[in-house]
Amino acid sequence: MSLHAEVVVRRNGFALDVRLDVDEGETVAVLGPNGAGKTTLLRALAGLIAIEGRVELDGEVLDDSKAGRHVPTERRRVGLVFQDHVLFPHMSVLHNVAFGLRGDSMRKARDWLGRAGLLEMADRMPGELSGGQAQRVALIRTLATQPRLLLLDEPLSALDVSVRAETRRELSRRLAAFEGVRILVTHDPLEAIALADRLVVMEQGKVVQQGTPADVTARPRSRFVADLAGVNLLRGRAHHDHVELDGGGTLAAPDAGEGEVLAVIHPRAVALYLARPEGTPRNVWRATAEELDLQGDRVRVRLGGTVPLVAEVTPGAVRDLHLDRGAEVWAAVKATEISVYRA
Amino acid sequence: MSQARIPGPLLALAAAGLLLFLVPLAALIVRAPWDQVGPELVAPETTTALGLSLFCSLSATALALILGVPLALLLSRTTGTVRAVLRALTTLPMVLPPVVGGVALLLAFGRRGLAGAPLYTAFGIQIPFSTAAAVIAETFVAMPFLVIAVEGGLRALDHRYEESARALGAGAWKVFARVTLPLLRPAIFSGAVLCWARALGEFGATITFAGNLPGRTQTVPLAVYVALETKPEGAIVLSLILLAVSLAILVGLRDRWLGA
Repeated sequence: MSLHAEVVVRRNGFALDVRLDVDEGETVAVLGPNGAGKTTLLRALAGLIAIEGRVELDGEVLDDSKAGRHVPTERRRVGLVFQDHVLFPHMSVLHNVAFGLRGDSMRKARDWLGRAGLLEMADRMPGELSGGQAQRVALIRTLATQPRLLLLDEPLSALDVSVRAETRRELSRRLAAFEGVRILVTHDPLEAIALADRLVVMEQGKVVQQGTPADVTARPRSRFVADLAGVNLLRGRAHHDHVELDGGGTLAAPDAGEGEVLAVIHPRAVALYLARPEGTPRNVWRATAEELDLQGDRVRVRLGGTVPLVAEVTPGAVRDLHLDRGAEVWAAVKATEISVYRA
Repeated sequence: MSQARIPGPLLALAAAGLLLFLVPLAALIVRAPWDQVGPELVAPETTTALGLSLFCSLSATALALILGVPLALLLSRTTGTVRAVLRALTTLPMVLPPVVGGVALLLAFGRRGLAGAPLYTAFGIQIPFSTAAAVIAETFVAMPFLVIAVEGGLRALDHRYEESARALGAGAWKVFARVTLPLLRPAIFSGAVLCWARALGEFGATITFAGNLPGRTQTVPLAVYVALETKPEGAIVLSLILLAVSLAILVGLRDRWLGA
């Protein structure tokens, strides 16, 4: 079972143009900022909106705009799980689960609820469930119809932090046991990395990067991904041993190659000094501390200046350097700490 | 933060406006022949008119439900010019003088009417001046209230419920019957009550299209109008009943419709 989709949706000046191939047993997480078109992509795959292009699932053509073919949602055998459960409020949990089942639906629904350990909630109404319970029921309701394609739209983001981790673990188990094609839309990198085999990053209706979570976070191709990975991303033109940065300034980096490149610098590789440091580091810039943010046992310092960077230092260093908003410092990065790759 | 003070003259005008509502209602209650309410209530003319009013208004509400809910669904699914035309058509009876509605119905379903003539020649059916005509007149005038309420409910509905149902394999009919309709229940209920209230008070279209035949088309508002000439105390008692019904509806729908 696999999915091959070429989806083009144009409306109100927004254009979605995505090619997506997902193999059997693979979980793909579609990541991207708000307005990137993630939900539109899901709705297109579910058959809820008309598209140009072609969608093929398990050898069956679900959409082919050239041939005028469109299989309506109810005949696609797709499972759709929304951010907030969308359980039918006027039906009990049991009737919600039985809704999509045929033939002896009540017994089957009971079986599904029993296997999920949710049987004691069978007679409750959705309004009487907690957010986490409701989302678990919604997932069971969808899985019970045995869809070939499972589409999850931010399935955890409406949940309290306290139940999110537990629900994520359960979701992870269920995804592993599910045999169809799995696509998860999220803006939470942790959710994506925990649940997905492959990340597909979308921006402004296009796929800008895809790969395993490790690949994507190691070599971000956009500010969005760099922010997700928590690293500094600089863009420029390489000349053998240095990079002329697009925003001004020069970055010394051995074996930078030639041409348009991206450079990643981990915030921990950015060292801060009160006076211009002597010695090895060749990348030294004057900078102003613009914002300080305590995260765990480290302090993230946003630096302004020729080369905008984020540095991560210890609270001790903040004290020693008298760092505060507006403080003038020197930022230094060792050339060997910079990873440069083709844009 | 306090609100701006209302200027004195405006306050006086507002009070005058309130009095315009209050004085007639008070007069109805003060001048009611309370000792005759009992006998008048059980008088045959009263019970006949009341029974007929109840039958006609409930039939009109049922007819409005059967026709109006699908119409609201159609309205909510169309866009652009089609929608504008459909909306204008369904809301027109709300602003049209009921007498004009009655004349139009007569021209449509009268014995020589656009639809009435073939009905008469083919089946011998005559609609005007029958109880059926009273029901049709009331439906014509009252159905827009239901359609507007249900369409509002449809527009406020979270369409992901219907999308979820479709993804779970439900066809169009199952989605409507098991998801859309139950979720619309509050809107349908308040729309039906408003529709019923409007039908109960219908006068102009009924008297024009159905006439004023006691026992067949003379509903309570028509009986009030006739009784005012011959037996004013009977007219007042019937008016009190309609007032009581209106107040009951107002109180009953307070939270659902008029509040918030």
